[in-house]
Amino acid sequence: MTDSPRPDATRLASPAASADPGAARPASPAASADPGAARPASPAASTDPGAARPASPAAGASSGAPLVAAEGVGFSYRGGAPALTDVSLAVEAGRNVALVGESGAGKSTLLRLLLGLATPSTGTITFGGQPLTRGRLRDYRRSVQAVFQDPYSSLDPRHKIGRIVAEPLRGLGLGADPARVAEALDAVGLPADTASRYPHEFSGGQRQRIAIARAIVCHPKVLLADEPVSALDLTTRVRIVDLLSSLCADRDLTILLVSHDLGVVAELCQHTAVLERGRLVEQGGTSQVLGAPSHPYTRRLLSSVPRLPG
Amino acid sequence: MSLLTVSGLTVRSGGTTLVDDISFTVAQGDRVGLIGESGSGKSLTALAVTGLLPPGLTATGEVRLDGVDMIGGTERQRTAVRGPVAAIVFQEPLTALNPLMRAGRQIAEPLRRVRGLRGPVLREAVHGALREVLLDDTDRIARSYPHQLSGGQRQRVAIAMALACRPRLLIADEPTTALDVTVQAEILDLLDRLATAHGTALVFITHDLPVAARVIRDTHVMRGGRIVESGPISSLIAGPAHPYTRTLVDSARRFDAALERTARD
Repeated sequence: MTDSPRPDATRLASPAASADPGAARPASPAASADPGAARPASPAASTDPGAARPASPAAGASSGAPLVAAEGVGFSYRGGAPALTDVSLAVEAGRNVALVGESGAGKSTLLRLLLGLATPSTGTITFGGQPLTRGRLRDYRRSVQAVFQDPYSSLDPRHKIGRIVAEPLRGLGLGADPARVAEALDAVGLPADTASRYPHEFSGGQRQRIAIARAIVCHPKVLLADEPVSALDLTTRVRIVDLLSSLCADRDLTILLVSHDLGVVAELCQHTAVLERGRLVEQGGTSQVLGAPSHPYTRRLLSSVPRLPG
Repeated sequence: MSLLTVSGLTVRSGGTTLVDDISFTVAQGDRVGLIGESGSGKSLTALAVTGLLPPGLTATGEVRLDGVDMIGGTERQRTAVRGPVAAIVFQEPLTALNPLMRAGRQIAEPLRRVRGLRGPVLREAVHGALREVLLDDTDRIARSYPHQLSGGQRQRVAIAMALACRPRLLIADEPTTALDVTVQAEILDLLDRLATAHGTALVFITHDLPVAARVIRDTHVMRGGRIVESGPISSLIAGPAHPYTRTLVDSARRFDAALERTARD
């Protein structure tokens, strides 16, 4: 079958995904150059503080190291049973990763560790191949930003949007330049005057756009997105998923998506990891994991997805 | 006679019209979906139907639930139909359940009030209600407070509570939106099975067309407080007439197609 009858497939699935997922895994210099080629390098990305951002091809090629990774990570909350056991998951440039599992599976715990909000009991979190240490946190925050599920609780209702979106810039000491805020708002499809308004003036979908603008304002390489569309209506969900995939293409951004919505996962992510009770029970190319699931839990998840008849 | 007749229902808040002149009927055993996005007025319709609109909102038009006038009737008349005639299950079971009351007592309350059960008979009825929603460990669940239960268990308790008085109409307002996919599938199966077993009519409210397609037959698509399209869900999906319905179907198909692709590759 050719690509012509389904134009959106060519737009969404990166070349890496449609090729054999196994081949794309070992991030050889050649492989890391490939997704870069597939992504039209936007002018915005190149005019941006290129000096502060280590040129991405170099970073990718130097060691073939993943942008962010959990290596043999275990974690227990104080006095509790292990929330995570021996979890290894890598986020490689240009290859969106989905983390799938139910409430209580440990998804949010893993996200907390990846955000540097908690330290693993065993194993390490690495950033560009090196263990994440306190001293590297500022660099890390600049490269790794987050978007959360509830667009109503994640925006401070007392602050204007401009201040909310500029927050990472101030926190990272980059200076709250209104031009950068305007650029971020524009990138998520919101008008510039959004900056002078308050969160309550916006709908759920618009708020999630604002949260995404805040996350991308410092041009991170990785976006940790915790159920970013599950609180949204179906039609809004489609638009936000479209926005995320165009941001990946235009801004050299890679997403780690936490979701239990397998349709969204299939749209957005090339790699899928399935977490059950703190353990990764299956991971690999999305078409492999969702197309031919080997673990019973993955199969149960898939059969539970509601689909339209006919 | 229809179990529920809604005719020209309009809900206003001050000068703003939130539900705008909608009409539909539900007969015994029907499976009706109200499909729409947040703000489309579908939840307000459910509240107006049961006479539970929050203060500040006014309803006009006609709502008859088993013959009782739910807009003009007295509070006593309206209370009498809640439970035995119609019951609601909400999206977030934590808001429907009293956090300070054990699950068993919450289920017992309508059984005591409406069916007048007492003592060992009441106790057995509570356990029966829990078994019916497939909660096996009935002793433990009955003794638990809501915070000690999982999301799926809470929603099952809320369903058990709603069905305790054998209502002829169950209104389910986004009952699975807060749940995991696998739990969602179980709850949908449960609602489907129980509605069939007891001949309960179901009004299912959701924004999620594929979820609705699992349990309902007839659909009213709502947008901006109005019903924009009605019909059997299968024909709505096969040939949506209104542009908004088409957007809904296309959105659902997008994610379905993405999953299909993984299966093909």
